Amino acid sequence: MNAIELNELDIFYGDTQITDNISFDIKQGESFALVGESGSGKSTILKAIMGLAPKWNGSIKVNNVARSHGIDYDFAAQCQMVFQDPYGSLHPRKTVDATLSEPLTIHRISDQNERIEQVMQSVGLDLSFRFRYPHQLSGGQRQRVVIARALILEPKILLLDEPTSALDVSVQAEILNLFKKLRKERGLTYLMVTHNLPVVSFLCDRLAVIKAGKLVEVTGVEQLRQGNFKHAYTQELYAASGGVIS
Amino acid sequence: MSEDKLLEVKNLRISFPTTRDRIEVVKGISFDLGREKLGIVGESGSGKSLTGRSILKLIRAPGQVTADKLSFKNIDLLAQNEKQMRNIRGTKISMIMQDPKFSLNPVMTIGAQISESLNAHNKLSKSEVNQRVIDMLNDVKINDPERVVKLYPHEVSGGMGQRIMIAMMLIPQPDLLIADEPTSSLDVSVQAQVLNVIDDLISKKGMGLILISHDLVLTSRYCDRILVMKSGEIVEECKASELANAKHPYTRGLLAAIPSLNETRDELPTLNRLQKEPI
Amino acid sequence: MTQFLDWLRDETPTSRRQARWGGAFRLALALRKNHLAMAGLIIITTLILFAIFAPFIATHPAIQQDLQGRLSPPSFDHWMGTDELGRDIWSRIVYGSQITLFIVFLVAAIAAPIGLIAGAVAGYFGGWVDRIIMGITDIFLSMPKLILALSFVAALGPGIQNAVIAIAIATWPSYARIARAETLTIRNSEFIAAIQLQGASSTRIVFSHILPLCMSSMIVRVTLDMAGIILTAAGLGFLGLGAQPPLPEWGAMISSGRTFIFDQWWVATMPGLAIITVSLGFCFLGDGLRDVLDPKQGGR
Repeated sequence: MNAIELNELDIFYGDTQITDNISFDIKQGESFALVGESGSGKSTILKAIMGLAPKWNGSIKVNNVARSHGIDYDFAAQCQMVFQDPYGSLHPRKTVDATLSEPLTIHRISDQNERIEQVMQSVGLDLSFRFRYPHQLSGGQRQRVVIARALILEPKILLLDEPTSALDVSVQAEILNLFKKLRKERGLTYLMVTHNLPVVSFLCDRLAVIKAGKLVEVTGVEQLRQGNFKHAYTQELYAASGGVIS
Repeated sequence: MSEDKLLEVKNLRISFPTTRDRIEVVKGISFDLGREKLGIVGESGSGKSLTGRSILKLIRAPGQVTADKLSFKNIDLLAQNEKQMRNIRGTKISMIMQDPKFSLNPVMTIGAQISESLNAHNKLSKSEVNQRVIDMLNDVKINDPERVVKLYPHEVSGGMGQRIMIAMMLIPQPDLLIADEPTSSLDVSVQAQVLNVIDDLISKKGMGLILISHDLVLTSRYCDRILVMKSGEIVEECKASELANAKHPYTRGLLAAIPSLNETRDELPTLNRLQKEPI
Repeated sequence: MTQFLDWLRDETPTSRRQARWGGAFRLALALRKNHLAMAGLIIITTLILFAIFAPFIATHPAIQQDLQGRLSPPSFDHWMGTDELGRDIWSRIVYGSQITLFIVFLVAAIAAPIGLIAGAVAGYFGGWVDRIIMGITDIFLSMPKLILALSFVAALGPGIQNAVIAIAIATWPSYARIARAETLTIRNSEFIAAIQLQGASSTRIVFSHILPLCMSSMIVRVTLDMAGIILTAAGLGFLGLGAQPPLPEWGAMISSGRTFIFDQWWVATMPGLAIITVSLGFCFLGDGLRDVLDPKQGGR
């Protein structure tokens, strides 16, 4: 069964067309990467799936249900998003506890205390952080809070928008390990947007390459590891990331 | 060798006051620079950017800079007053910042900005200036420079903006270029272009370069020598080609934590930082 | 006590209550370091104490006339002299603080929430909601505050309550502007997107995510505006449209003293000094609060 299906998706901002005829499927439990440069429209695809970019033609299906063009209350528990910038995606005046309990309040879930402690443990946050404000946390800890917030409603699909590009390499390694662990433990499906091919090689099963709003190539991670690409643009990206084309 | 020595830094310390006492952010580092390409690598908070800025005396109060020696071509930088420093900045030492969008004046054309940095230090006729500007833009591999000089900063892409910054910084022909994360706001493919341009020009003009970056692999590709900084100290100094044989556990840890294009490890090694205390 | 202080200072709070109290404590500490703000705070506190304990602080009743001793200069008996009806000016200023406080806090309590909500709603929803609300505020802002208040008082009839309502009507639009500008910068941030994706309603987002962030700049702005409110109220009083005699309102006192300003300077000067002192106090406190509440300095 497919977790996410995109069919002939054209997304617009105002009158500007951002993506052109994008189609791909992501199987349940798969980790899929969208690779491209800034302005290629890869982040916009995530926004369209989540309902933050409402103007599109074509079809988006999540768990075999067609997505509406806006934000749905029920969709929140199926699919969540992790943002790029851990400094901008947490409310500066809310403690970790408030950030994590709010989704539970919105969805009228009662065992808040247990849920919060459990999700904090599973993202590797010490419980002593529970009543801290974002400015009292380091970048890596903030990103763990962001991940915990995305997981607290126990969705099966996570959309990741450059989740480690604002972090130091050693912190990036911790967060990447965490993503891998969470996927194994919870059977999550990932759709990750990134420009970093080595990260794809570590975390993903398949990747789609996007250039100027068009799908260039969809290929498996084995092809990436061997530098074995069909399309010239993908080869160029690979070379720029330090790969040697065989 | 001493003839070629551009920069000498001995026991450089930078401190900032807190509510209780001063905290040292750079803790007594020393290094020399000849006409070569030196990379300073570290994670956020390592003090690498402050080190770069202190060379140009860009650390403002309440920050405090002390050193046993901080000299550029035998000029004692610490003894220079602000007016003398202004003369050194630009003509002898130039700096490129991370994001060209914030460093270019949005209401001046690119041509005007580049020629301004030339006019500030030289007296040349108008046609000579124009010719130098066009030549410089050619040097940084900008196509159709005659058209580009008439554009405003918001009309060019990030990569082009950064190359224009480089043109602006190099046109007064300084001896030393400090590049602070010059490519981290750029796409991977553009990063390579920009660094190639810097690399070319530095080698051609026989300048010194300090490349400050968080990216160990990228830096090792473009520099001759690398300093690895960690919380205000230099923990490793080695030739870029020998980075793979780094000795310090921190450097080795950083190297191991970077995923590779052919990544088959199940888990990336981390530096075992405790999740207890925030920094 | 030391235990309590440690509990407040704890960097790792263990309950929501402790986190909130600790935050307030750190804010108070930061405010204490700012001397001007402390001076302002002392002035305002004194004003409040004067208002509460007026009968004990005043040496005479506020409206007791003594025609024999009219217009007598400051002396041991009458610290600030007496006015044209022989009333003790010191006592009238002390009682007047009640009226001033009443006006200031009532105006703030009416105008700030209205402005805050109108601005946040306009900024968050945008589109035609924004155009209508901002159109209304622009109409209000295009007229000088005092003139606007004047016309409202003229329509409603003179008196303190009406003056309060008129000043509130004249002040809320500027708060709406600030709240809207603030909301526009917050609206597109990722943490708002994140809570939208959690299925939060617009009401929840505006009230529990956007308003708390507008709050600090609003508190600062209102505190700074209090000086202006006092002056507008005094202006209305001066023109005879605010508090009515014999109420000891400071503006009205200046007004009645202006006939004697060359020979009996103290009649108009003393209430004038009171207005200046209190206005300054609010300005100092507002400036200090701005330094402390600036979110970029939070937690430092």
